[in-house]
Amino acid sequence: MQYLAEGLRLPTNGLDYTLLAIYFVVVLGIGFAARRSVKTSLDFFLSGRSLPAWVTGLAFVAANLGATEILGMAATGAEYGVAVVHWYWIGAIPAMVFLGLVMMPFYYGSKVRSVPEFLLQRFDKSAHLLSSILFAFASILIAGVNLYAMSIVVEALLGWPQWVSIVVAGIFVLAYITIGGLSSAIYNEVLQFFVILAALIPLTVLALKRVGGWDGLTDSLAKSHGDNFLSAWGGTGIGDANPLGANWLTIILGLGFVLSFGYWTTNFAEVQRALSAKNMSAAKRTPLIAAFPKIFIVFLVMIPGLAAAVVVPKIGTAGSDLTYNDAIPVLMQELLPNGVLGVAVTGLIAAFMAGMAANVSSFNTVFTYDIWGKYVKRDRDDRYYLSFGRLITAIGVVASIGTAFVAASFSNIMTYLQTLFTFFNVPMFVVFIIGMFWKRASMKSGVWGLLAGTSAAMVNYFVLYKQGIIDIPSDQGANFVSAIVGFVAGAVVMVAVTLFTTPKPESELAGLVYGMPSPEVEAPPEEGDLAWYRKPALLGWSALIISAACYIPYSF
Amino acid sequence: MSELQREVSELERKSATAARLFDIRRIIGGLFVVYGVIVTIAGFTASDADLDKAEGVNINLWTGLAMLALGLFFLVWLKLRPTEAPAPPEAAKDENG
Repeated sequence: MQYLAEGLRLPTNGLDYTLLAIYFVVVLGIGFAARRSVKTSLDFFLSGRSLPAWVTGLAFVAANLGATEILGMAATGAEYGVAVVHWYWIGAIPAMVFLGLVMMPFYYGSKVRSVPEFLLQRFDKSAHLLSSILFAFASILIAGVNLYAMSIVVEALLGWPQWVSIVVAGIFVLAYITIGGLSSAIYNEVLQFFVILAALIPLTVLALKRVGGWDGLTDSLAKSHGDNFLSAWGGTGIGDANPLGANWLTIILGLGFVLSFGYWTTNFAEVQRALSAKNMSAAKRTPLIAAFPKIFIVFLVMIPGLAAAVVVPKIGTAGSDLTYNDAIPVLMQELLPNGVLGVAVTGLIAAFMAGMAANVSSFNTVFTYDIWGKYVKRDRDDRYYLSFGRLITAIGVVASIGTAFVAASFSNIMTYLQTLFTFFNVPMFVVFIIGMFWKRASMKSGVWGLLAGTSAAMVNYFVLYKQGIIDIPSDQGANFVSAIVGFVAGAVVMVAVTLFTTPKPESELAGLVYGMPSPEVEAPPEEGDLAWYRKPALLGWSALIISAACYIPYSF
Repeated sequence: MSELQREVSELERKSATAARLFDIRRIIGGLFVVYGVIVTIAGFTASDADLDKAEGVNINLWTGLAMLALGLFFLVWLKLRPTEAPAPPEAAKDENG
C-alpha cells in the first residue's frame, strides 16, 4: 500500500459526518439485534447454517469488495487500462461458478464448518493443522494490513491521525462481531454492498461526464496511452511487450485458473458465507448470485480508474505526487458535493471495516473449531466453545490492531508476507481438486502437496524471478507464472506420494469425493427452490456466458 | 453418519438463528430511506458551487431519490413477502436414519 498524497483532503462538512455517524450507529445496532439469535457455537460461527441465498450471496461478493480491492482495482485500471477486466471476467467468474456448481455439494453436504475441516475429513491431521495455522496467521495479518490501509486513506481524506482510525474501526468491528457473531458480520456486509454501490455509481457517472462520455474517454486515452490501453487482449501475444508483463497464456492459466480458483474456492473468508446458507440449494446459489454483481462491478472501478488517468494525466508517474491508488479519492475530491461525498466516505470506511470483519469472523471460526477444539481442549460443552469464540474474536481484533501498527513501521515486510500467503492458496486448490476427484489420493498426499506447491511457487518467485534467473517483465507476470509452477509441483508431488502411501479407507470418503455419495438421505428440496430462476446450473452458465460476452467489445 | 455430521446436526437442531434473527431487509430499507431523505434535501438546497463541482448535475438529488427508491423497495418487499416461519425441526426424524 503506497502512501496517499498530501492535498487529498476532502471538503467534508457536518452533513457528511451526519451520514457517517448514522452508519456507525446502524452497524452497532445490527450487532446488538443479532445477539439474541446466538445460542450455540454454530449460530456464532456459521449463523446456524440458516441464512437465505440472496443474503449469503451479497455477503459473498461484499466480503471480497473491501476497500483495498476497490482502490486497488481502480489503480490497476489507471495503470494498465482495460486489462483490469481480467481480474473479474476470467479471474473471478469461472472460479465462483465452479465453487457453486462443482465443489459446494462436497463442502456443504459434508457439514464441515470450515475449509481446513474438510482437509481433516479428506486427508489427515497434518494437512489440517498446517492449513489451519497458516490461515489463522494470514487472516490476522490481512486484517491488520487492511486497518493500516484504512488509516492512511482516512488520514489523507479526513485528517484523522492514523492511530485514531485504527483504534476506532478496530473497536467497532470487535463490538459487532463479538456480540452478534457471523450473522452480524454478514448483515453488515450486505448493507455495505449497497452503500458502496451508492458511492461508486454517482462517482462513475460524474467521472464519465467530466471526460466527455465513453467516447471522450477512449479518444483521450488512445491518444495518450495507445490503443492497447483500451483493449483487454491487445499486446498479450507471447513475446509481445505490454504493461501487465503477462501474455494470454499466463493470464488464462495463472490468473484465471490457478490464482483465482485458489482464492475463490479455498479461502475460508469467502467459503464461510456459503456454508452459512440455509440448505444445499442456497449454498450452491451463494457464489452464483455473487457472480452477477461481480461481473458488473468492474465498470464501477475501471471507469473511475481510466477517468483519473485522463483528469490527472501524470498520475502514478514521477511528475505527480498522486499514486495510482489515489484514483478514486482524487475523483471524490474533484466531483462530489457534500451529501454524496458523505455517502462515498461512508462507503469507503464501511468497505474497510467489512474487509477486516470478514477476516476476523473467519479467523475466530478456524481458531476455535480447528485449532483449539481439535488439539487443545477437545470435547468440551458447546457453551465453552461459544464463549471461547467470543474471547478469541476480541483477541484477534487486538492482534490485528497490533499488526496494523507493525505495518505502519514495516510496510515492506507486510507486502512480502502477503505475497507469501498468496502462494499458500495455490497448492490449496490442487489439494482440494485432486482430493475431491481422485479417491485414491492418500492421506499423506495432502500435506506434501501443500508443502511442495507452496515451496515451488516461492522458489520460482523469490529465487528464479527476483534473482533474474528467468526473465519476466513485471511482478504481476511473475505472480501468474509462480502460481502455475506451484500448481504443477503440488499435483506432481501428490500423485507421487499417493503411489507410496496408504489411501484413506473408502468408508471414510463418503460425501467427500466425487462418485462416493454420502449415505445420509439428502433433504428434500424446499418448496420454491425448484423455480427455474433458482436452478444453480442455469445461474452458473448464464454468469459464464455473460462474462464471456462482456469481453467482446474489448477484444477487437 | 460420521461423528462430525452427528455433531453439526445436533447443533443445527439447537440453533436459534432461523427462529430469532431479524430480517436484514428492514435495516437496509430503513437506512436507505433515511439516507435518501437527507441527501434528497441536500439536492433541493444545492448551491451553484455544488452544481458546478458535479459537472452541472444535481447529483445529490438524483442519488438521494435513487437511495429512497431502493429503501422503499426493501420495505415493500418485506411487507409483501414477510419472513417465513421456520420449518418445524424435521432433523429429529432424520437423525435416527
